[in-house]
Amino acid sequence: MADMKTPLAKVRGLGSAKDGTHHWLSHRVTAIANIPLVVFFVVSFVGNAGKGHAEWVAWLKQPIVSVLMILFIANMVYHMRLGLQVLIEDYVHDHGTKFASMIALTFACVLIAALSIFSILRIAFGG
Amino acid sequence: MAQANRPLSPHLQVYRWGAHMAVSILHRATGSALAVGAVLLTWWLVALATGHDYFATVQGYAGSLIGRLVLFGITFALMQHLASGVRHLLMDMGRLYDLPVNTLSARMTFVFSILATLGIWYAAYKVMGVL
Repeated sequence: MADMKTPLAKVRGLGSAKDGTHHWLSHRVTAIANIPLVVFFVVSFVGNAGKGHAEWVAWLKQPIVSVLMILFIANMVYHMRLGLQVLIEDYVHDHGTKFASMIALTFACVLIAALSIFSILRIAFGG
Repeated sequence: MAQANRPLSPHLQVYRWGAHMAVSILHRATGSALAVGAVLLTWWLVALATGHDYFATVQGYAGSLIGRLVLFGITFALMQHLASGVRHLLMDMGRLYDLPVNTLSARMTFVFSILATLGIWYAAYKVMGVL
């Protein structure tokens, strides 16, 4: 088959969706980042199991903990956004419903991230 | 869209069920379950930032029998998704494609997720002084 691609298109490597392998690669990069972040998250929550409000606040106020929790939320929500997008693409076939689902997914993910990160920052900088 | 009466290729139901298939679909199922977990974590963080009283209410839900069952399920989902995800990363690097190794690695994700889930809950109860 004759190669109809221009040299520029080959170099860009973006394909017909004009997105290249960005989605796939981002999913893997966030997956790798999630490994240490999940270990931190699980170890922290086991270590603080059964604690009260004041102790949890004191834990989250520590600068390293605040930053790691923000990184965990941001990375995890981005990873979740990419994964659930594939689910919608695979199982929702009606174009209108698919479009609405994608928009709803994006809004929900941004809302989750905003609420979580705002809560962390409020505790980190609060009195 | 698929046309009616078009010949279809053999699909999932003609294959003998195996660990590699279970891991594959469970990766999606656990990923979806973890999305629910993300919403619950957000609720918990908002409660922590809201104040002592509301946090105690949410902790009460989490500590109830249903709350613990949900959290136990999410713990398993997280550990299974983690193990299965690492297996996927290895496969992305071209490893684990020989059938015996592939099946063994699929089974290993279950061994890891079950042991890790039980270990996490044992440790948590130990920290709480219940055990």
